[in-house]
Amino acid sequence: MGLHESMDTQIELVQYLSVEGALLVPNAPVEDEKLVAFYEAMTRGRLFDGKAIALQRTGQLGTFASALGQEAVGVGVASAMEPRDVLVPSYRDHCAQFTRGMSMTECLLYWGGDERGSDFQQCRSDFPNCVPVATQISHAVGAAYAFKLRREERVAVTFIGDGGTANGAFYEALNIAGVWNAPVIIVINNNGWAISTPRSLECAAPTLAQKGVAAGIECRQVDGNDVAAMHDVARRAIAKARAGEGPTLIEALTYRLGDHTTADDATRYRDADLVRRAWTREPIARLRAYLLGKGLWSKEREALLLKRCGEEVENAVAAYLATPPQNATAMFDWLYETLPISLRSQRDAARRYSAGGSHD
Amino acid sequence: MTELNLVEAVNAALSCGMSRDDSVLLLGEDIGANGGVFRATNGLQARFGRERVIDAPLAEGGIAGVAVGMAAMGLRPVAEIQFTGFIYPTFDQMINHASRLRNRTRGRLSCPMVLRSPYGAGIHAPEHHSESPEALFAHIPGLRVVIPSTPARAYGLLLAAMRDPDPVVFLEPTRLYRLFKQEVVDDGEALPLDACFMTREGLDVTVVAWGAMVREAMLAAETLEGEGVEVEIIDVATLKPCDFDTILRSVEKTGRCVIVQEAPRSNGFGAEIAAEIGERALYSLQAPICRVAAYDVVVPLYRLERDYIPSVERIIGAIRGVMEGA
Ligand SMILES: Cc1ncc(C[n+]2csc(CCOP(=O)(O)OP(=O)(O)O)c2C)c(N)n1
Repeated sequence: MGLHESMDTQIELVQYLSVEGALLVPNAPVEDEKLVAFYEAMTRGRLFDGKAIALQRTGQLGTFASALGQEAVGVGVASAMEPRDVLVPSYRDHCAQFTRGMSMTECLLYWGGDERGSDFQQCRSDFPNCVPVATQISHAVGAAYAFKLRREERVAVTFIGDGGTANGAFYEALNIAGVWNAPVIIVINNNGWAISTPRSLECAAPTLAQKGVAAGIECRQVDGNDVAAMHDVARRAIAKARAGEGPTLIEALTYRLGDHTTADDATRYRDADLVRRAWTREPIARLRAYLLGKGLWSKEREALLLKRCGEEVENAVAAYLATPPQNATAMFDWLYETLPISLRSQRDAARRYSAGGSHD
Repeated sequence: MTELNLVEAVNAALSCGMSRDDSVLLLGEDIGANGGVFRATNGLQARFGRERVIDAPLAEGGIAGVAVGMAAMGLRPVAEIQFTGFIYPTFDQMINHASRLRNRTRGRLSCPMVLRSPYGAGIHAPEHHSESPEALFAHIPGLRVVIPSTPARAYGLLLAAMRDPDPVVFLEPTRLYRLFKQEVVDDGEALPLDACFMTREGLDVTVVAWGAMVREAMLAAETLEGEGVEVEIIDVATLKPCDFDTILRSVEKTGRCVIVQEAPRSNGFGAEIAAEIGERALYSLQAPICRVAAYDVVVPLYRLERDYIPSVERIIGAIRGVMEGA
């Protein structure tokens, strides 16, 4: 694009499934078997989520960030990735992480206060959860640059919340991604809220997707409760990045149906009617309606799925609760590749005075 | 063998590191065709190409952050922060990510990056170009903080930093960049990290210093030699994790200690050294430990710069003071 050409900032919302689960486009852009698999993955994520909250409420888990209502974003995007790609998550992306192979036990260990939860046995190259908002985006850009430099056909995918896009770290990383034509996909999980601060108080731009315009990168806005649209847009963006054609910023419009975390009480700042209305647009019921309409789903399959996922969650919880705590000296084990001599006496003190770790 | 000044030694180390290891790359502001504002990366883009010597956008936090991502994916990025006054936006990445990645993932991912920056006063620079933030980084578990005091040490320590499996903050005393030359053997040999250098042996008093202050301490020692005072000088070199054993052995031998730092006095790294001596070698002391430091003031504009930086005279005064305490 020449120096004086203007760029169209009008960004069209991509949606394939209506709120009622009707197909809005002539041909389903995602195969039926895939949609069934997405339905199962989203349900699995939601069951896990509910259980994690229950564990927190009963003092068996630390603070937990629920993804209730946002399952289509994580599942839709992560299912478009290949195992060799790398995920750079925020702290609310367990639906994406499960798709990548993070185990439920690992997720529980992390929120249960044990670093071993980030030592994913499956997706070894994926980054751990990122708590400082927006700082993870540059990690994805750096990872993507590494792939590009080594001529590896891999991409990095990262997630950020709507509030996070107000942070300077987001803009710096976005800008660098554009300049370097990095194979990175940045997904804004716009769930309407940054704790109690609504989207309208975070940014005056009509869409968050258009933040990519200033960075010179492709921007898309998608119905984040429509897993078919989410998956298809992510799939195209990933294919494009893999082909060396650069980064994409995707804004997923969804809604946070739960509290910000288990330490939050959203009734203090949120109108109950809003939440009731949001429940009519949520991703799982929508896809179920579509699948039922096409004869791809049934009450029997639903019952089986719930039973299977319920057992999986229970087994994961049991494994989590049965995991013995690390020794106090584990604090020192991975600080540096080799423990500096000056830290040896501190490690010895930790061993001597160890209180014994616990889940609570 | 070649005579090199400190910034040429940095350049030689970067060049050697890049030629021996394809995973090393450089990024920073104006480091390409311009060779960096101090010329530390002179000629490297022409030699290694734009993909490995990257003129990064003007975004310090972003530079550190992409370096974290690169390092986690197996590269060895060396990021240049143009001046230390602008290193503070990197704190978020260095403290919250670079220093923790290995620990958080139980060793699954690590962060072998180097964050290098010219630092310290004494070059008549504008505001925000003369700070000494080493203690701020040295407080952070998981980081290494390395400061060379001579061209040969700059060469060997930077090579070591580039090969280190963990993140290193490498602060180069700007004042020494072109102050003197020294024989540097460009043979790819690294110097050890986490080890102090015994720079001058003496029996009467231990002076502990790092960076540009090692030179001031040497000048002080030469003057005092004429008065019959034998000064032992230790160049700390790696502040985090620090080799206190070498410092303590020296203090046990001499019974006296003067710590010289260019950074402001309070809560600086000198205080840490004094505390360590107090805990582990108090009864060897024949005089109270003494710190010579910059004052707890904002680095002044350059007309007062010489009053701010600890001078040879102040160091001599401090050494005489601890000698009299005997
Ligand atoms: C840099 C930073 N500032 C503040 C916080 C505390 N904090 C945690 S989550 C959050 C809100 C984030 O909202 P958003 O980015 O929209 O993501 P969401 O939690 O809604 O998924 C805040 C302020 C933080 N984690 N990081």
